[in-house]
Amino acid sequence: MADDVAVVMTPALDTWMLLLAAVGATYFWRGLAVPLSSRIDPESRVFEWMTCVTYALLAGLMSRMIVLPFGDLAATPLHDRIIAVGIGLAAFFVGRRNLLLGVGAGTSAFILLTFTQWGF
Amino acid sequence: MTLLGPSPMSAVPYENLSTFEAVQRGIRDAIGMPLLVLLCSMTAFGSLAREGGLTLDVALASTIGVWALPGQIVFVELHATGSEVAALVLAVSLANARFLPMVMSLLPLLRIDLKRVGWLYLYAHLLSAQSWAYCRRVFPRFPADRRRSYFLAFTLSILTISLAGTALGYILTGALPRPLAVALVLVNPLFMLLLLADSRNRAVILALIAGAVVGPLVHPYAPGWGMLFTGVVAGSAGFIVNRWLTTWRSS
Repeated sequence: MADDVAVVMTPALDTWMLLLAAVGATYFWRGLAVPLSSRIDPESRVFEWMTCVTYALLAGLMSRMIVLPFGDLAATPLHDRIIAVGIGLAAFFVGRRNLLLGVGAGTSAFILLTFTQWGF
Repeated sequence: MTLLGPSPMSAVPYENLSTFEAVQRGIRDAIGMPLLVLLCSMTAFGSLAREGGLTLDVALASTIGVWALPGQIVFVELHATGSEVAALVLAVSLANARFLPMVMSLLPLLRIDLKRVGWLYLYAHLLSAQSWAYCRRVFPRFPADRRRSYFLAFTLSILTISLAGTALGYILTGALPRPLAVALVLVNPLFMLLLLADSRNRAVILALIAGAVVGPLVHPYAPGWGMLFTGVVAGSAGFIVNRWLTTWRSS
């Protein structure tokens, strides 16, 4: 399966250069944030707001990965993904915030839903 | 116990935690749910990397060097389609722009008593969504001078687990039944949503709900800046609405 997908094989050195570029592009934000965070007091309103921004951003990213995924997951129906996550959230709160229960229930539900449509 | 317990840090006194105990806690928390979840999501990434034509060493190096799954996926996809370097840098950079608010809302908690500020640049690299979420829930009850030990132990543990997952997925490519392989991709966002939702802070809960709704709505119009936009708009909404509710109740 792997062999027929890998068509464009760029030379190894190019790949390493591309990776280096990707590493730099990511570290740019991390590095930039270090001096910017140096004057933020963890007890301040600014820090509280920054915390809300990060929570909202991560929630937005995760919900995007579920609603509008890339790759293979996009081949599954949206309602299956929503139902599975709903079951996961319900199991999590019913099970007194047990993470394993929530993730286990949601993932199992999703596997069952996908299995009934695709088979193994 | 960590694996099945309701929260990663259950009933343990924190006041007199030694450095060794802080390290132990970090490793123990990492070996619970994060181990399971990262094995799933990084296995999926390892398979994707192989299908995208990367060699194993590049796939592993991307886990260490980029250390951010959405950015790594963008890297594999653009590499597979033979994209220009400039386009790749822009796409990966936008996919990972979330590290700006993430680092800014964690480093102030790690900075306390730090003699050499240079270490913060390493901490900034080690940070990921999972370590952010774990640290933010653990730190309020953690002695300030032990936070760095916990942070390093946790992040280095999940990095090691992620490398194992990447290699495993690379080797297992195509071996898993398709419904299972696809479900592996769903585990990480589902776990992260639950981890984030496990907050008792009203401003945070409001920000989370707003973010989860706004994120997918904005994405089709602004696939690059959409997430940063979501964070600022939905996060500010949660922050402001919480203040209103507080003043409204007290008046």
